[in-house]
Amino acid sequence: MNLPMVAALRSRLEALGSTFTSAIWRLGFASRFLGYLVIHSGTALRRFRLTVAEIYFAGVLSLIIILVSGLFVGMVLALQGYDTLQRFGASESLGVLVALSLVRELGPVVAGLLFASRAGSAITAEIGLMKATEQISAMEMMAVDPIARVVAPRFWGGVLSMPLLAALFSAMGVFGGYLVGVQLIGVDAGAFWSQMQAAVDVRQDILNGVIKSVVFGIAVTWISVFEGYDAVPTAEGVSRATTRTVVTSSLAILALDFVLTALMFTGGNAR
Amino acid sequence: MQQSPIVEIDRISFGYDAARPVLREVSVSIPRGSVVGIMGQSGCGKTTLLRIIAAAYLPSAGTATVLGRATSGLERDDLYAMRRKMGMLFQFGALFTDLSVYENVAFPLREHARLPEDMLRDLVMMKLQAVGLRGAADLMPTELSGGMARRVALARSIALDPQLILYDEPFTGLDPISFGVIVRLIRSLNDSLGATSVIVTHDVQEALGVVDYVYFMAAGRVIAQGRPDEVRKSSEPFVDQFVNGRPDGPVPFHYPAPDYGADLELAAA
Amino acid sequence: MNRSTIDLWVGIFVAAGLAGLLFLALKVGNLASFSTAQTYQVDAKFANIGGLKIRAPIKSAGVVVGRVSDVRFDNESYEAIVRMTLDSAYQFPRDTTAKILTSGLLGEQYVGLEAGGDGVMLKNGDRLRLTQSAVVLENLISQFLFNKAAEGKDAAKEPAK
Repeated sequence: MNLPMVAALRSRLEALGSTFTSAIWRLGFASRFLGYLVIHSGTALRRFRLTVAEIYFAGVLSLIIILVSGLFVGMVLALQGYDTLQRFGASESLGVLVALSLVRELGPVVAGLLFASRAGSAITAEIGLMKATEQISAMEMMAVDPIARVVAPRFWGGVLSMPLLAALFSAMGVFGGYLVGVQLIGVDAGAFWSQMQAAVDVRQDILNGVIKSVVFGIAVTWISVFEGYDAVPTAEGVSRATTRTVVTSSLAILALDFVLTALMFTGGNAR
Repeated sequence: MQQSPIVEIDRISFGYDAARPVLREVSVSIPRGSVVGIMGQSGCGKTTLLRIIAAAYLPSAGTATVLGRATSGLERDDLYAMRRKMGMLFQFGALFTDLSVYENVAFPLREHARLPEDMLRDLVMMKLQAVGLRGAADLMPTELSGGMARRVALARSIALDPQLILYDEPFTGLDPISFGVIVRLIRSLNDSLGATSVIVTHDVQEALGVVDYVYFMAAGRVIAQGRPDEVRKSSEPFVDQFVNGRPDGPVPFHYPAPDYGADLELAAA
Repeated sequence: MNRSTIDLWVGIFVAAGLAGLLFLALKVGNLASFSTAQTYQVDAKFANIGGLKIRAPIKSAGVVVGRVSDVRFDNESYEAIVRMTLDSAYQFPRDTTAKILTSGLLGEQYVGLEAGGDGVMLKNGDRLRLTQSAVVLENLISQFLFNKAAEGKDAAKEPAK
């Protein structure tokens, strides 16, 4: 066999292997970080003012993008859905289509993606910059645990904001669907709402949607605070960390969505 | 009455990774109440030594005894208790950008002491007055000049009346007036608080004017030490080069490189 | 942005979020309907349940009176056992018939209850004895084709007489 080729192949495999093992190592490190963070959340919960400020920065400041996106998604769902449904004479089920799509999937997922790119990246950048300008070190030197004081409130702020944002997204989406379906296209309002109410179950659909948004909130905020805290303390390092937050969060949301959907919505008589 | 030194570094070695040691068998002793300078070129290990004194890193060999306790093997609570008696001024201030000047100085007081608000206010104002920035209490860090930010950070580091104040390159990038202000403040605060100060810097002339004792480091070792007047007259080649700012000497001007002629390809002709 | 303004906005945000959740639960979902009502359980055996799913509605005279809560297979009689959860407000006689019907032509399947005349009412845990299985479309079509073929054969035989 051709020796240099073998050596090149081997070094490629080693690089791949080391990427993989370093990813696993990083996951372990991130998990310990999360554990430490949760254990030392006392300050964030006792001095709730800190967490409230973070709910403001993560949740309230994301409201506009969430509400507007929700409205548009709902409106598009109604437009597209009507086009297909009316071919089967099922246009009165438009409400069902819009509501179930939003509550089960689009609400948690799209709100999660938007949250990751707006609030998640902001959290990463903020923590990363604090690290780069030695504010974290200064805090440690003043005998204040930076994870308890800076990271934990941001984590809980994100986790608490996410389900509320997802619910608002779904609600706005349904409203948008109503606007287009009933007001614009002319689907019967009574049928729209009554069929929707018959088809959407609080426990099965809405509660599962809420559970999804909580899980996504935990995942996205965990990734955001970890990437920020672990960022290389330079301008380039912070920028890379922010990118990683958005990419990793988005992938995590989509992967978790698959897992949760498979668990929750096995549907029918599946045993 | 001879008190024990506030910091006793005994033959410590340290490296961020095992392959490259940054400090080799360094011994430093800092007597109470004095202002001590640690000087050297960039990369000689002086900032690392400061971090070891601050117990941010632990030596891989030897012992660092700070405020009467060895830094190795400290529990987190003991470490934090030790740090409450220290103040550190970072190179560019490291003020919390989302808090005002007042809140920055109040931060350690809020975190560690449960004080009524008006008492807290008095203390913060006193600290700001000591550095001459009482009128800037409501400004945000982004509105301050470099020198002012450095002074606010200094006020913050003395908020808890520390016994040991550490300065990491406090003179970097300052205009001559701010420079003079900081120099004066280091000495006056040290004496009025009855504290001990350690300054890491490479601004030789000004530092020699304010310190009581100085250590010179190069390549991770202490190569010279003494009082400022001794050091100025020192004949040790490195100290001489450093103090007088000579371009060539023990620290060569040229970075190690292959033969000049070969590089210009003259020999090939 | 001082503290009280932040508190105000966060309060509004949380209130809006909860209002959104409430809207979803009440107007979009079926919380307003009898999920908290008193219920009782009744079983029924079917030879074929077709496409009947758990949570399918149980209707009588077109009104939803309950939901299918469980579907199991009886390995001894080789029939399906459907457990139905009925609203306690509606009592049915013991000889009620349960049929699996389709809503619309190709819609979802549900259980239709037709009340009998017995004086004694069903209790929790009772079993309905009269059931009619779902109509399976393939059987219907093959039946139709068979009938058509039989007709054709008869018609072919007639002139030959």
